[in-house]
Amino acid sequence: MKQKIVNELKMSFPSLSENERFSRLAVSGFLSQLNPRIDELSEIKTAVSEAVTNCIVHAYRNTTGLIFMQVRIFDTSKVYIKIRDKGCGITDIKKAMEPLFTTAPEEERAGLGFAVMESFMDRIKVRSASDKGTTVIMEKTLKTREGFV
Amino acid sequence: MSVKIRNDKQGRKTTATIYGDLDHHTAKYIRSEIDRAIGEHNTKTLIIDFSNVTFMDSSGIGLVMGRYKLISELSGEVQIANPPPYIRKVIQLSGINKLCRIITLDCEDKPDDTEEKDTADKTIITKEQDHETENSQRA
Repeated sequence: MKQKIVNELKMSFPSLSENERFSRLAVSGFLSQLNPRIDELSEIKTAVSEAVTNCIVHAYRNTTGLIFMQVRIFDTSKVYIKIRDKGCGITDIKKAMEPLFTTAPEEERAGLGFAVMESFMDRIKVRSASDKGTTVIMEKTLKTREGFV
Repeated sequence: MSVKIRNDKQGRKTTATIYGDLDHHTAKYIRSEIDRAIGEHNTKTLIIDFSNVTFMDSSGIGLVMGRYKLISELSGEVQIANPPPYIRKVIQLSGINKLCRIITLDCEDKPDDTEEKDTADKTIITKEQDHETENSQRA
C-alpha cells in the first residue's frame, strides 16, 4: 500500500545536553496531532532521547556539532524519525548495537541506547561512515487510529 | 529536575527521591548528590525513589548501575522504589531488576494525579512483595 506523507518536521540544533529534553519534547509536541496513547508517546520520546544522546556523547565527543532531526507522519499513522549527525561515525555498527556495549563507561553509559530504540520502535536502521557521521532511522506505527487524514 | 535525600542514620539507609526528567543531562547532578550522601552517611542501603520521575531513558539505568557498583563495594544494597509502568519497562529491558530489588514505598510526595498508574504499580508490586523480606519496606 502506498503511503502518503501528511506532515513533516525538520530541525537542527547544537549537540548540547540541554537539547536532549528539547528534542524529545519537540517530537512529542509534533506527534500530538495524532492523539497518541501515553505509552506509545513515552516509548517514542525515549527512543529519540537515546538517539540524540548518542550524538552528544559519542558522535561529537569533546566537541559541539549540529544534530539534524526529521519527523514524518504518514496517512497510515506511521511515524518516521531520522536523526543524523556529522560526527566521528561508528566503526562497527553491529558491535555498537550489542546490549551493554559502550565506549563511554566512565560516563556511566549503560550501553543500552540501541537496545531501547530497537525495543520501543517497530524498525530501526543505522548508517554510518567514519568521520562523516551517523544516521539513525526509526519507524513506529501508532495503534491509536486507523488512519490520519 | 531535583533530588531530595533523606537519611536514616540508625539503619544507614539513604532514600533519594528524584523529581522531573532523568536523562544524560540531569543524571550528572543527581549522581553527584547521591554519591555525596553515600559518602557522608556511610550508606548501607540506598533506595532510589522513582515516584516523581516524569521521564527516564537508559541514562537512568547507568545511574542505578553505577550506584549498585559503589554500594556493592560497601557490601550494601540498592533498591528501586515505585517506578512508573513505562520506566519499569526500561528497567526490565536492562535486567537491572535482577541486581536491585523493586520495592514500593509510602511517599508523602506522591503526586495525586496518578490514580491509574498507582493501581497498575500495586498489582505488580503485590506479586513482588511475596518474595521480599520484611526489613526493607517502609521509609
